[in-house]
Amino acid sequence: MNETLLILAAEGGEPSKVAEAVAEGLSLGAIYALLAMGFVIIFKATQVLNFAHGALSALGAFLVASFATLINFPGRFMEGAPEWLQWTLSVIVALIAAALVGMLLERLFLRPMVGEELFAVAIVTLGIDIALRNITNDWIGTDSRPLGDPWGTNVLDLGWVTIAHTEIAQIIVSLILVSAVALFFRSRTGIAMRATAFDQEAARAQGINVGRIFSISWAIGAVLAAVAGIFVSVFPRRAAGVDPATAFFAFKAFPAIILGGLDSVVGAVIGGFAVGLAEAFAGEFITFDFLGAGFGGIVPYLLMLLVLLIRPYGLFGTEEIRRV
Amino acid sequence: MRGRPLLFTSYESDQSMLNTTTKRIVMLVFLGLLVLLPFTGGGGPGNERLFEFNIPFIGFLSANDWLQLMGTACIFAIGALGLNLLTGLAGQVSLGHAFFMGIGAYTAAWLGAPEGPLLGLGLPIWIWLPAAGLVAAAIGVFVGPTAVRVRGLYLAIVTLGLVFIGEYVFRNWRSLTGGSQAGRSFPRLDVRLWKEETPIIQTTQSGEWLTSSGKGFLFLLALLVVFTLIAKNIQRTRVGRAFQSIRDRDVAAEVMGVNEFRYKLLAFGLSSFFAGVAGALLAGYFGRTIPERWDLLLSVQFIAIILIGGAGTTSGTLMGAAFVIMLPRAVQNSTEWLKSAVDEGGFIAAIADPIVATSQTDFGIVSTLPGVGPGLSVLQLNQVIYGLLIIVFLIFEPLGLYGIWLRVRNYWKGWPFTY
Repeated sequence: MNETLLILAAEGGEPSKVAEAVAEGLSLGAIYALLAMGFVIIFKATQVLNFAHGALSALGAFLVASFATLINFPGRFMEGAPEWLQWTLSVIVALIAAALVGMLLERLFLRPMVGEELFAVAIVTLGIDIALRNITNDWIGTDSRPLGDPWGTNVLDLGWVTIAHTEIAQIIVSLILVSAVALFFRSRTGIAMRATAFDQEAARAQGINVGRIFSISWAIGAVLAAVAGIFVSVFPRRAAGVDPATAFFAFKAFPAIILGGLDSVVGAVIGGFAVGLAEAFAGEFITFDFLGAGFGGIVPYLLMLLVLLIRPYGLFGTEEIRRV
Repeated sequence: MRGRPLLFTSYESDQSMLNTTTKRIVMLVFLGLLVLLPFTGGGGPGNERLFEFNIPFIGFLSANDWLQLMGTACIFAIGALGLNLLTGLAGQVSLGHAFFMGIGAYTAAWLGAPEGPLLGLGLPIWIWLPAAGLVAAAIGVFVGPTAVRVRGLYLAIVTLGLVFIGEYVFRNWRSLTGGSQAGRSFPRLDVRLWKEETPIIQTTQSGEWLTSSGKGFLFLLALLVVFTLIAKNIQRTRVGRAFQSIRDRDVAAEVMGVNEFRYKLLAFGLSSFFAGVAGALLAGYFGRTIPERWDLLLSVQFIAIILIGGAGTTSGTLMGAAFVIMLPRAVQNSTEWLKSAVDEGGFIAAIADPIVATSQTDFGIVSTLPGVGPGLSVLQLNQVIYGLLIIVFLIFEPLGLYGIWLRVRNYWKGWPFTY
């Protein structure tokens, strides 16, 4: 799909446009991959399709904005430290707070729903999404809140193509986090999580604390969502900072997880990048006179419908075995 | 069979919609009161009505703004009955209801709106209202095959995608929808035979006996009764039983001879028909709507209605619609009441003070102050309560309002015994 788009683009447009679309697509894809990975980890470990992911990412970005710029914690206690270090520490504190929120939500609202229908549980997260999003939006207010990130609006100018520093940071950070998650799955807790994903009861019988695994997977999901939220709220996407629209960005990660299959972490990452690239290329090269601008925004959904027509359980998802 | 209301001697009486005398009487009184409501509470210029008295206890509902709210609830109930067929009965979770409502609304606009700069043919309601439903149903059946192939949570996400695609098309098809944030006018709910000047039934002008809100409410109530009968009859006959068997165990249903593909497609078509009609009514009731109206939140509202009401039950769906639509008003009224309690002081003020923020520096969960201030705005509080209600109902009362009603009824049925 992406290769054909690439060829199409290369024939019709200038090479710099293609390169810019690739950069844009990769950085978009990095965000989608982070969001999708969080979704899939939560879904695999706890069987919850988390509609509140967008709200979690907006909340995470807002926490970063609060810690980094509003109350300047922990930077206010270390005046001599360089700015980027202060910001990084603020981000880490914010991520811990986001993880706690994720664990709290799971413990309060989703633990009582264990064993209920998947659909009912998914709708509970929809309720969480509505409540959490509105509370966050109230805190944000009507203005955008800047995150105070060290990259600013700097760009890397190669002469024939300009790439924002944030885009490079996004790609690097997401690659680091993807490998971190891959490594985590090989650790003791990670193996316990995979066992829980496979069969909750059997895992329990083996002495795995399934409740703790649920908490951990929500913490990981919330952290990944928050990191994605940060990248949504900086230049070049929303230079002004986190605002009420940030929460809706996560809905575009749904095509990514469907593309990869709901229960495949690898699929989520590949799906994320594929969707990001497709969106960027469509945004750059496809315009319809009749339907106006912004076509790139719905390309992920069209791609999703197309894939589901051919493979109803995604590219990497496991086929559901139906029996009476 | 007096004195033994639950003794049924024929299949028909067992399966009838109102199977006991009590139910019949209560339903009659309830409907009678609803019909009477807009005629009462007259007085004052511009509010001429047939009667001046108020019905005790529910008299406040005859105010024009409440009547309008109840009219909206009727429209949402029609849409929710459709979603209930698909999600409650056939078990197919759809977040795409808003998409089909939008299609219904714009079909209605194309056919019914007066000719002008935007597309419009000026046809009467008896053409555009059924057409809105039929076009939505046709599109529902068209996308159905994709939706039927995927199951469970995949379906929820596919229908979610439909909403986003639909919103994009609605925003950009300017000649039909008026474009993003601008919107267009929709045909009002006036009944004409053909394109004549004065309609036979005019719901947008006040008359001698009724105000325009009262007329609109009665018109929508009549439609709701019709659609409730349709939905209830689908539910309790062959098609409804097929839906429920697919919901409960699809493989078993197929083994028993239920054609899964056909019935799922039928469920999609029927649900989309209801959605299309509801969309056309909603747009026509308010007269003007922007393309952003048909977004995910609207879909979620419908999911909330059937879950809060009780999935798979018709009466629950109706209760849920009334509840969800009245909730914002209830929240607003209680906020204002708490605020006045704080101003007056006294015992209630002590409780109300931490809840309501009365000045920019005051602490409170909710505030009625304009602009960004301390606490949530009433609108935001609404949404938060709404989200929490969905959670609370799903965790504690999966049968919804219908379940609560069932327990209350059974308590009094057995009273003074507990079983």
